[in-house]
Amino acid sequence: MTDDTTLVVEAVERVADRLVAAEPTLTELDSQIGDADFGVNLRRGLTAVTETVKTDEFNGPDDVLDTVGRTLISEMAGSSGILFGKSLMEASDTVTDGIDYEAIVAFAVAYSDNVATQGDVTLGSKTMFDAIRPAVYALKRGQELDDVTPTQASAHAVKACEYGVGFTIPLRAKKGRASYTEWRSVGYPDPGAVAVLLILREIHDLVEQEHDETVEPSLPGDLDDVL
Amino acid sequence: MAKKKLHNDPTEYVSEMLEGFAAANPSHVRRVDETDIVVRADAPVKGKVGVVTGGGSGHEPMHAGYVGKGMLDGAAAGAVFTSPSATDMQELIEVCDGGAGVLAVVKNYEGDIMNFQTASDLAADTEYEQVIVDDDISVSEAEDRTGRRGVAGTVFVHKIAGAKAAQGASLSEVAATAEKAIDNIASMGVALSSCITPEKGEPTVDLSADEIELGIGIHGEPGVERTEHQSADDITERITTDVVKDLDLAMGDEVVAMVNGLGATTQSELYIVARELNRILDGKSIAVHDIWVGEYCTSLDMAGCSISLLRLDDELRELLNYPVETPAVTIAEP
Repeated sequence: MTDDTTLVVEAVERVADRLVAAEPTLTELDSQIGDADFGVNLRRGLTAVTETVKTDEFNGPDDVLDTVGRTLISEMAGSSGILFGKSLMEASDTVTDGIDYEAIVAFAVAYSDNVATQGDVTLGSKTMFDAIRPAVYALKRGQELDDVTPTQASAHAVKACEYGVGFTIPLRAKKGRASYTEWRSVGYPDPGAVAVLLILREIHDLVEQEHDETVEPSLPGDLDDVL
Repeated sequence: MAKKKLHNDPTEYVSEMLEGFAAANPSHVRRVDETDIVVRADAPVKGKVGVVTGGGSGHEPMHAGYVGKGMLDGAAAGAVFTSPSATDMQELIEVCDGGAGVLAVVKNYEGDIMNFQTASDLAADTEYEQVIVDDDISVSEAEDRTGRRGVAGTVFVHKIAGAKAAQGASLSEVAATAEKAIDNIASMGVALSSCITPEKGEPTVDLSADEIELGIGIHGEPGVERTEHQSADDITERITTDVVKDLDLAMGDEVVAMVNGLGATTQSELYIVARELNRILDGKSIAVHDIWVGEYCTSLDMAGCSISLLRLDDELRELLNYPVETPAVTIAEP
């Protein structure tokens, strides 16, 4: 396996561990606004993912992500399984030639677009999309600026994602089972959005480790000063 | 103290249930290897439109209980209250394709819809149509959410579509008749207590001992009103009034009714509800063709019931009465 492939496998394993460890938190959040099955479904899907990446041989980073996507669709199922899984599959082509900043941005855009079309969501529906889109914008903004290091770029994504998760807290859910709770969903973050943030935080930890550089989450350019 | 339940490892809940279900009903169904799909023992039926469905588990006898001659060709079971996978649904569609296409009866939940959509894309060689059931009137028609849920009235859609397919109708004819049924079905439920999912082991809904929730969803989704517990007649009148109003039923209309137990309510209670329902409809001069009383679409161990009405015309009445042979519903040849 190439270095990039090994790196993506490691990222997948670490992300899976982090999310499985967060199952009680996610379940608790989902019982406030949904039906309390998100954490359980995530654990089932990710346990299968962990087994698959341990045993399978992969021909590149795209193959890893495509396989993870397929596994989530078949083993996690539900609305989250198909959204996380299909989006990974649809976006996996962007990393066929390896992982660099350009590829990561292309991947993030493709992933985000698929979540939007397939889930039929826009910003403000109180879904995982509210956490994904700001992170994608931050990555793109960082790309436009000169001399942004990979660690800085992932720090940007994490910070923007944190804002996105915070943005979901005062919103009323408009999608999924949470939408039936009317105003009762107000005051809690969307569990899917929180999961996205945990994923990005784990990836940021990995990037910091790979580049031997520590960068606190921050927005690109001088946006932090504005806020 | 946690409520006592009969299960083993919660992660094996659905798989073990399906294993038992298949073992108990070998003349009706078989389980497709390495999946959570149950199909007719003789699937695919050559030349007949396949009628399939799928959804989360915890609603037994829905969905697999309706697999058999004259009703469903197959059903995919998800984890408790979770949509089945698109990959299982794809296999379901392919296994039930006897060459005349497949109609999926999908309840209006985002997970079910997205997974069936992907499944039908994957099963590209099968001619496919789907209908979406959204009979739960307790959800207002606000534009900014998923909308009405699919609940117990779906069983009537399974019955009607299954009979139409058994009569040899084409895929588009079966779909059109199913749509007609959907347009004439309305349902509403009431919960006296919450369900408890096997993985969580605690009540999904925080409902106190003297409260009931009108319009609750079959996964414990919030309903329209939480109120003090009332008599069976008062509850029945409230629900029936809303359902009749939603369907705009008038004197001279004919309906088939369903009084559906949500899992932990006795048959005797359901008959007490059926009695009042029949009395109310009679008072409005709405003809009651039949009342189905029992557990058709449960919500694990939720206490309470739902009432569904389907307005009949000549075609729907004939299809409703058409012979059927499934683990959960049997109507003998006349």
